[in-house]
Amino acid sequence: MAEEVLAPIPGKITKIFVKPGDNVLEEQEVLLLEAMKMDNPIFAPCSGKVKEILVKEGEEVELDRVLLIIE
Amino acid sequence: MVEAVLNGLGGLVAGFQALALDWRSVVMLVVGGILLYLGIKKDCEPLLLVPIGFGCILVNVPLSDLMAKDGFLRVIYDAGVDTELFPLLIFIGIGAMTDFGPVLAQPSTFLLGAAGQFGIFLTLLMALFFGFTKLEAVSIGIIGACDGPTAIYVTSKYAPHLLGAVSVAAYSYMALVPVIQPPIMRALTTQAERQTVMKYKTRPVSKTTKILFPLVITVLGGLIAPKGLPLLGSIMLGNLMRESGVVSRLTKASENEIANVVTLFLGLCIGATMSGAAFLKPQTLVILGLGFVAICLDTVCGVLFAKGMRVLTGGKINPLIGAAGISAFPMAARVVQREGIKYNKKSYLLMHAMGANAGGQVGSVIAAAVMLSVLAGMGIIS
Repeated sequence: MAEEVLAPIPGKITKIFVKPGDNVLEEQEVLLLEAMKMDNPIFAPCSGKVKEILVKEGEEVELDRVLLIIE
Repeated sequence: MVEAVLNGLGGLVAGFQALALDWRSVVMLVVGGILLYLGIKKDCEPLLLVPIGFGCILVNVPLSDLMAKDGFLRVIYDAGVDTELFPLLIFIGIGAMTDFGPVLAQPSTFLLGAAGQFGIFLTLLMALFFGFTKLEAVSIGIIGACDGPTAIYVTSKYAPHLLGAVSVAAYSYMALVPVIQPPIMRALTTQAERQTVMKYKTRPVSKTTKILFPLVITVLGGLIAPKGLPLLGSIMLGNLMRESGVVSRLTKASENEIANVVTLFLGLCIGATMSGAAFLKPQTLVILGLGFVAICLDTVCGVLFAKGMRVLTGGKINPLIGAAGISAFPMAARVVQREGIKYNKKSYLLMHAMGANAGGQVGSVIAAAVMLSVLAGMGIIS
């Protein structure tokens, strides 16, 4: 049961708070997405283990880009 | 000879004597100090409060005549505020900084920008009720536009004696938007409504559209409400320069050098209008109160309208975005985003809120333009 975390708005990834293999809880802050000069926190949609992080800090992402996968 | 020198030296204490005689100057010196404190220590809109605070102090030192006929503050004031030039120059910079893409991608958000301006008209009626003249009421109502240059433009043109009070009210409340709005947003919505998730759909907006938008709005707006063309034209000029992409030197200058220089001079001039005699009147307190009410009413109208849109769209709209329909750009949109995520961690209202906020930017200018044109039609202003 893998859940993809998608970018809800286009922007730049400024900070990633987790690594692959970390356990996360639902609604835990996993990364910061900068858009419109604001740092927007992205929260985990479910509890689980971070399987893969598909973006890097500093990367520009478009709407609906897969950011990380939690299982 | 000794007498003459003693008389001359007496001039050195004349200032202190004058200060002792006029308690209002002392109070305004303290007010200027408070504005400087808010700007420097509390980081509250320092770009404005520091020049305003210092200008206020300068003009309230008695016998210094900075605002007398050839005083240096008067020269700047006559050059830029009396001529309404300064707010228009700042507006060009604001247009150059504004991205109307989100509004153009979802034109319905523009309606929220219109709804957020109703506070202006309601406050205007209240000001009339309080006994202000029509022109004074317009200048007080325009505080609800949440837009410094628009408020300064209208007030300096039609009620210059209120300029100090109106600008202090306008800029202070704009800085307080993050404090004023959330309780109102919460009070008018249910938890379910606040938690609505709005998916952001990018409808790509063509470059042609983005270039035609400022042009069309300027001409159409100018035809409907010619008195507002200076304001509307300035902001749209900035936007056109930005979207054309071919005059980046001019665009950058508008956003940076021009806007910064004018902000400094404008702040000084606003402070210079805050002499004790002009500022320390009961009506200043009324204006400060009405300004606060204006912004609250804007938020109320915006949120209620968004609730109505929610009903019409079958629950798709989160009414919180209505609060971004005021012209405090981009602050109100950020407030909406933070509030949205507070109630539902999956909710990202930022882009929709930015659309409403940009719509509010245009809406406030159009509201001012319409008010002025109606007054011109009534023969109250030439």
